[in-house]
Order: sequence, then structure tokens, then C-alpha cells
Amino acid sequence: MKRREFLTRSAFTAAGSLLVPQFLRAFNTQAQPAKNAKKLVVVQLSGGNDGLNTVVPFRNDIYYRERPSIAIAADKVLKINDEIGFNPALEKLKTLYDNGLVTVVNNVGYPNPDRSHFRSMDIWQTGSGSDQYLSSGWIGRYLDAHCAGKACSPHAALEIDDTLSLVLKGQKTNGLALQNPEKLFRQTQSDLVQALAKNQPADDHENVAYLYKTLAETVSSADYVYSKSKVYKSRLLYPSTELGKSLKTIAELITSGIDTQVYYVSLSGFDTHIRQNDQQDRLLRQYAEAMSVFVEDLKANGQLDDTLVMTFSEFGRRVKQNASNGTDHGTANNLFLIGGPSRSRSVFNEAPDLVNLDNGDLKFQVDFRQIYATLLDNWLKTSSEAVLGQRFSTLALV
Amino acid sequence: MKSNEHQRNVQHLFWRAGFGPSPAEIQQAALQPIPQLVRQLLKDSQRVEAITIVQTEPHAELKILKKTLRNQAMSKEEKREELKELILERRETIGQLNDMWVNRMAVGEGMLREKMTLFWHNHFACRSKMATFVQQQNNTLREYALGNFGDLLMAVSKDAAMLQFLNNQQNRKQSPNENFARELMELFTLGRGNYTEQDVKETARAFTGWGFNLRGDFVFRANQHDDDPKTIFGKTGRFTGEEVLKMILENPKTAQHVAAKIYRFFVNERPNQTHIAEMARRFYKSNYDIADLMQHVFTADWFYETSNVGAQIKSPVELLVGFQRHLGLTFDDKKPVLYVQKALGQILFFPPNVAGWPGGQSWIDSTTLLARLQLPRVVLGNENLNLRVKDNGDDNEEKVQRKEGFTVKMNWDSFAKTFEKYADDELPEALANYLFQVPVKKEALAQISQRTKNATRSERIKQLTISLMAFPEYQIC
Repeated sequence: MKRREFLTRSAFTAAGSLLVPQFLRAFNTQAQPAKNAKKLVVVQLSGGNDGLNTVVPFRNDIYYRERPSIAIAADKVLKINDEIGFNPALEKLKTLYDNGLVTVVNNVGYPNPDRSHFRSMDIWQTGSGSDQYLSSGWIGRYLDAHCAGKACSPHAALEIDDTLSLVLKGQKTNGLALQNPEKLFRQTQSDLVQALAKNQPADDHENVAYLYKTLAETVSSADYVYSKSKVYKSRLLYPSTELGKSLKTIAELITSGIDTQVYYVSLSGFDTHIRQNDQQDRLLRQYAEAMSVFVEDLKANGQLDDTLVMTFSEFGRRVKQNASNGTDHGTANNLFLIGGPSRSRSVFNEAPDLVNLDNGDLKFQVDFRQIYATLLDNWLKTSSEAVLGQRFSTLALV
Repeated sequence: MKSNEHQRNVQHLFWRAGFGPSPAEIQQAALQPIPQLVRQLLKDSQRVEAITIVQTEPHAELKILKKTLRNQAMSKEEKREELKELILERRETIGQLNDMWVNRMAVGEGMLREKMTLFWHNHFACRSKMATFVQQQNNTLREYALGNFGDLLMAVSKDAAMLQFLNNQQNRKQSPNENFARELMELFTLGRGNYTEQDVKETARAFTGWGFNLRGDFVFRANQHDDDPKTIFGKTGRFTGEEVLKMILENPKTAQHVAAKIYRFFVNERPNQTHIAEMARRFYKSNYDIADLMQHVFTADWFYETSNVGAQIKSPVELLVGFQRHLGLTFDDKKPVLYVQKALGQILFFPPNVAGWPGGQSWIDSTTLLARLQLPRVVLGNENLNLRVKDNGDDNEEKVQRKEGFTVKMNWDSFAKTFEKYADDELPEALANYLFQVPVKKEALAQISQRTKNATRSERIKQLTISLMAFPEYQIC
């Protein structure tokens, strides 16, 4: 919608507060996606998840030599082939794996890795190289490309949290953050917001119009998402963890047929410098348990084939443990894809090489932007080159 | 000149050269012409007053660090816990620095110097976990903020926090690290397209051996410096870091790049190439005199053109500080000051990366807009920003918790005095003229006027002000 047109329309809707969302809701209904549109769910493990204790190289002597007090004993590992297996805390994920629903991609990273949390997360979220600084996120730029030339609402990409991460901010289009649909809806129903949404700018000042447009879109998206969230309520018992609640919200929205292509959710606490095992096991268990119910929910509602989950962390950790029974910041890491299309192989590439290290850290084999390019080109059907600014070879994952 | 137009221009100047006007300043400034006000702003900013956290003696953190590491009685794990404590204390100290700086912006005299310091903090964007380094860098930026850009560049290039941030401590003859050299040319001086990859490689060699000691002093380590000939910008010689900086300043592209950045920050996000070229020529000719350039900008006719007034979206810091200045209020507690910065996406001393905050419309998304609109009711009323802010994954990071309400000192009677010359029915427009840099719909003013018409005059001023500050128009300066 052009700004002029928007202003005229908002003038039209200014007659009553209820008209704004209703009018835009009708507008949103028209923008309904084709049936079986593909959905991407990204789960970010914040803090740098230790990949080697997540997918354990249980045949590798170096692994046991370098991690005398934190290595996972071979007989505890949930083996998925002759070399590697899951941390026992991932029991539920192993079941999904056995059902052919999980792909493990090893050694994902990027050249000249940065070991700072904020910088490495910045790199993953913007999809930049380590010598490049971008001010928009890769999913935000996906929205820019996806929404070009048509009407698009902020809820095209949803982050399940109170505040919006850089990853969902595009150059022109932003996603929407909400901890749950009701909370945002109530916020936009306050007398303050309702009164302001009735106002309109005095002239066609670019930034003022942008603020009013963002406000109107927020109110209408909040209304739309909330009304959709009531269509389907899951009866499955999700874990009462934060991630459990968030994934339940996502499953309900997907099943309700909401017009959202990408969901983003984070689980933090993976910065395990001290006494790693207790903490990581607890988090991995939370992850696997929530994910297991989520997959079951989507499957029961016929949504699993069209929903692909990617789980990543900003970096892995050093091969050698530290003196506090923890691990310090490292580089390349593994990444999971869950659900989506049927797969030919469940372990995409070989296990990490613990002999040829870069200063004690794993060398990457797959650039994370190849994964993004694959998801964009083959799953979300949007030119990865437009989103990533350059061509990355895609992988036979999707 | 009509008094309304003059008031608008004065407010424009105060927003861009500082953090917005205070009621007293507007009354005073109403009688003075713009050039005189600009001279006064520069004069008020002549004094350089460093920000120092009294609680931290110089290098106290390093003393504790060393003591901890040498302590035989402690187990490795205890040491780690101790270090973690130390890191938390540092974060706390950086939080205090943040609070002090915000306070300085809000009530200090040298408004222009603080605004320039903020600009340079975004230009030479840098993070450090060492509180003393953060303090030292901030004071360096403040010291040279209105001085000579060449001196500033040299000081920043020898600054411990920057050398650490851009890995120059690891830049040695045997294994050059290009991080500093690249950002120096791409972001700090020449700008993309005005140097080659070869220039970056060779410049990195010129800066080998530039480092710092634990006290935060610059150290040149001759044994790590590569003294062999280098070819930079087509010239060959045994260039030192100092010589490369000189060559960079001799290139007018540096003046062009910095002038363009100043224009985008102080004038308009949308560049006007004619005005930028004019600024760049003057900057270069004056041998990079920053105060001279700023005086030129603030007195230029084009600076006050309608297209430049109210063209910007306030950054979170401008919003927060402007709020205080507009009303003459002070915060009693630093926690909410940090919390608002975090919720709105700009924490001083924690820029997103070396390129700084992207600014403009990128400040705004659904969440930050709703929070910005609610802010007046949070600061001045009793609403809460019911937002949980993100934790960045770092186990050591101080968790900025949700703050239940603000404790503020606000004198509404004194604020009301500023508007005593206006009749009751003129109040909404008078307040809007003071609070907004863009026009607002008459109908919207009529509505809030209607809602408050039964209140006493001072209560009415309070209610109108809180209502107006929640308008999207208030986000603009």
C-alpha cells in the first residue's frame, strides 16, 4: 500500500476505534497464503551451546582425552551411527530422529570466526561475514523480498518474546514480537493506543507517517493474531517451561492457519564456563521435551510436512574443557533441522575432525549462509541472493 | 522573523546541537538571534569536564584481578567465581558511567560537547568489558569532541579500548591482524571504495606493535613492529602508523566521509550532496577543525529549512534525555534509565558493533513504538513498561530487570510558569509548539483539550503535557 493510499484509508477508518482492526482484518484475510505455505521455525540457543556434548563423538579418543571430567560416557550416548550419538538429555529428540524427522548438520560456521557472543550472534542474525557489518537481519530482509510489491503485515514473521531481535528487522519491513497473542492484544487495546490510533498526521511528513503506519499495523496485527489464536487450542500437554509455552503458541498459530511464514524463539543459558553438565543437560532436556510435543502437535494437525524447524547456536565451544568443568567459547557447531520434507540422510555430513584444529577449535565445513540460502531458495521460495546479498551454494537438505 | 518561527528554529538548534530545550532556555533564547545562540553554545562547551567514577580508583580492578590469580589458597573454581564477581562489578561500574553521562547530557552545561561526544561514540563505536578503559575512552572522545579531528583520530587509534576491541593488541609483525586497519579506513575515515584490499593489508603492517598495557596506556612494541617498506595508497616507504594516519587525513575523501556522517546525524538522514560537499570543503580547508564545522552547520540557512526541521526520529538516548530537559525533571534511580535504553535498543557503551547504531527508522518496530508511546505514563504516571528485555546469552552479563515505575523529581508548578502568558484556550497549541518540531492535527489537539477542560490550570498543563508526549509526533526532532 502506498503511503498516500494508507493515509486516505486511515482517515477513513478514523471514525471509530473498532473500525481500524476490523477493516485491516478484512484486508488481512485477503492476503491469506495459499494452502500448505511453508513455515520456518527458528530456535536460537543463546550463549554458545557446546556441540560436542550435544552430538557426542563417542568413538573419538581425543574427545575423551580433552574432556576428562565432562565427556559423556560412550555407554550413555544415544547412538545414531558408528561415530556419533545424542546426549542422553536429548532422549525425546532421539525418538524424533528414529522416526526420520531430524537432520544433523555438523561443522557449521563461517570464516574467521568471532568468539564474542554479541558479535557472533550479530553475524548469525544479520547473515554477514565476520568482516562485514549489516544493520538488518536475514529474516527481516526475507520479509523485504517476500513483501515487495504486495501488502504485508508485521506478523508475517513472529518472534515469541517481548522485544524484537535484529534478525527480524529488515530494511523496509519488520517482524513482530509478542510473548503471547493476548498480552500484545491487551496492550494495543489500552485507551492510550486506541486514542492515538484514531489520530493521523497533519501532513505527509515521512517519519511521522511511518510512525502512524507502524502503529496502525501493530494494532491490526495484534488484533488479527489474537483472533486467530483462538481458532485452535492445543490439548496436548506441553512442558511448563518458557520454551514449552512458546512452542505451544507457535503450534496453535500454525494450526489456526495464520498468515505467518517465519517464527523465531530463543532459549538462553548455554554459556557453560562452569560445571557445564548439569546446566547443559537441563537445557537440552527442556529443548527436546518441548520440541517433541510440538512435533506431535503439528503432526496430529497435518502441519508437520509444511513446517521446518532449524535450531542453531552462535558458536560451539572449545574441544578442550577448562579447569572449572566447563568449556570456553569456540567456533563451528552442529545444527538441527526438524520436520519438513522427508529426508534421504539424517546425518548430513561427517562428524567433527578433532585432529586438525584451528587454535584448539573446530574448523567449519558448512557456511551457515549456505543453510540460510537453502532454506530461502528451496523452502521459503525467495531468492537467497536478494536476501544474503550474494550467491551461496545450496545444500541437499530440503 | 515571526516569534513562532524563531522559537521553532531555536528548538531545532537545541535539539540538534544538544538534547532539546528546557523551558528556561526557550524563554531566554527567544530574545537572541541564532548566530549569537550558536556562539553561546560553543562557549558553554569550552570547558572539558571528565566523567569519573569516584568508587573506582585507577586500576583497582586490575589489582583485585592480580591478587585473585595469585591467591594460592583459592581453588580454580573459587577463582573463577571471584572473577565472575569482578566482571559483574565492572558491569555495574559501566552502568554508573552510563547513568552519569545521561545525567550530564540532561543537566550539564556543555550540551554541545556532550552531543558531539555521543556522535563520536557512534562514529568510533566500541565496547570494552574494562570499566576503566570505557571511562578513559569516553573522556578522550569528550576532550577532543570539538577539537581537531586529526588529534581525535590519533588519540582513538592509541586508545586501549579501541586497540583491544579491534584486536590490534594481536597485530604483530609475524601475524598481522587487519581488523583495526580495515575499520579505520572503512568506517572511521575514508569510507568504502576509497582504498584497496592491498591498502588494508599494508596499513595493518604499519600498525603492528601498537598496543596497550594493563593500566590502559598506549605502548609501542618495537620488536613486534614491521619496519619493512610498505606500499600504501600508491606510495612506498617504511611507514609508521602515525604516517598512515597523516596520509589518510591528506585525502579529502576523509573530510567528505566524516562530513557526510555529521550531516546525517545532525541535519538529516537523507543526504544533501551539495551541503555535504560544502561542509567537506570547509572541514578540509580548516585542517579538520570540528568546532568550526559545527558552527558553520548551525548557522547555515539550509540547516533551518523546513525539510530539515523535525526530520529525525529521536534515538532512545535523545528521547530519554530530551524528556528530562523538556520538563526539567531528574531521575532518582539509575535502574530505569538503563532499562529504558535496553528496551528501546540503545545502551550507551554497548553499540551493536563497530559500525554503531544504524539509527533513523531502524529505532522503530512495533514493540519499541508501543513502549515509546507509553513512556510518559511510565515516567510521570504510575504505569509499568511490562516488557522483559533480552538477555544476550553472555553468562556474565548483568541482568537489567524490569523496573516497576520510576522515581522522578518533577516540579509541575515551575514548568507551568513557563506558559503563564498563554490563556487557557491557547495552552494546547502553546505546549504542542514547545514539545513538537512537526505540525499536529488541530482535531487531535481539540480532543485532548476537551478531555482536560475541567481540570485546574496546573493540573491541566500536566495532563496536556503527558498526553502530548505520548503522540507519535513527540518521537520526532
